[in-house]
Amino acid sequence: MASLKELKGRINSVKSTQKITKAKQMVAAAKLRKAQAAAESARPYAARLAEVMGSLASKITVSENSPKLLAGTGSDKVHLLVVANSDKGLCGAFNSNIVKAARVKARELEAQGKTVLFYLVGRKGRAPLRREFPKQIAHMFDTTDVRDPGFDEAERIANELVAMYEAGKFDVAHLFYSKFRSALLQEPTDQQIIPVPAPKAVAATAGADAVTEYEPEEEEILAALLPRYLRTQLFGALLENAASEQGASMTAMDNATRNAGDLIKKLTIVYNRTRQAAITTELVEIIAGAEAL
Amino acid sequence: MALHFELVTPAKLVRSEDVHMVVVPGTEGEFGVLEGHAPFMSTIADGALKVYRTENATPEEIRITGGFAEVGDKGLTVLAEHVG
Repeated sequence: MASLKELKGRINSVKSTQKITKAKQMVAAAKLRKAQAAAESARPYAARLAEVMGSLASKITVSENSPKLLAGTGSDKVHLLVVANSDKGLCGAFNSNIVKAARVKARELEAQGKTVLFYLVGRKGRAPLRREFPKQIAHMFDTTDVRDPGFDEAERIANELVAMYEAGKFDVAHLFYSKFRSALLQEPTDQQIIPVPAPKAVAATAGADAVTEYEPEEEEILAALLPRYLRTQLFGALLENAASEQGASMTAMDNATRNAGDLIKKLTIVYNRTRQAAITTELVEIIAGAEAL
Repeated sequence: MALHFELVTPAKLVRSEDVHMVVVPGTEGEFGVLEGHAPFMSTIADGALKVYRTENATPEEIRITGGFAEVGDKGLTVLAEHVG
């Protein structure tokens, strides 16, 4: 059995671990609120842009002359998986869930004879994916030097993706990120981003939409808006991811704090029993000694 | 006589207010939007929006890049990637 001193040491070490997890939980709760607010305030732009794209899409038909971002390259040989992870750990299975979703998709595509490339955003997805697909990492986008990935990052990622797409490096791009449902539930999501899935055409409200004038022509506007639409989607994904990370972190840390509490309780009981046993032994020895006299 | 004007960026809703007129630097030329303008969509060149609060007021300029303007029954909505 462990000595009293050892037990005391263990209790103290678990206690200080609990302090850390508790602090991290509170930090995550505060950050979650901020991340949720950011996701909230990004909604009007995304909604309006989707609306505009929808009404444009209802006016034109996709043909070979349509912009490549909408019509595709004509083949689907090379798939690029854009995997968005966080930079920090301590958030439970958040990162591994995203990586898992990407891995499943990659295996599925490989089974179909397609080539799979990866574009990694964030630090935590690198190690597991690089271990498994060492030669297929096309690029790693670094977000460690910014506190909260924002629109500038989304813009840079989108620009790089479009450049790669135009250089013919891939035909289809999927985005993997975690959708924020609630603080307790985050859903790893797979979304096709290139070619841009045709936005749902909104039924033109009779009269009002029919007379809308476009300047320049619808096709040109659409061509100008497509990269923007892509950026907005990436931005939305980054925000969802940030909120999910904090949510996952909060839940994981709450669990950890509770587990540490249980462990402390158990260790304290063992400590007290050991202490009592030691006292009893001592008493028995004294009494036995007194009787011998 | 007021035009409802909204300026939205990916990060937030920057403006939502009633103004007299907004002059927008469209890619195919500047255009002014007053109340009751016909439905209209246009891309915007990088430049400054001129917002006239009242008829003779000096315009307030808002610099935007990556913009898009939509005029509907609800007024003028400008989507811009960067403001300022």
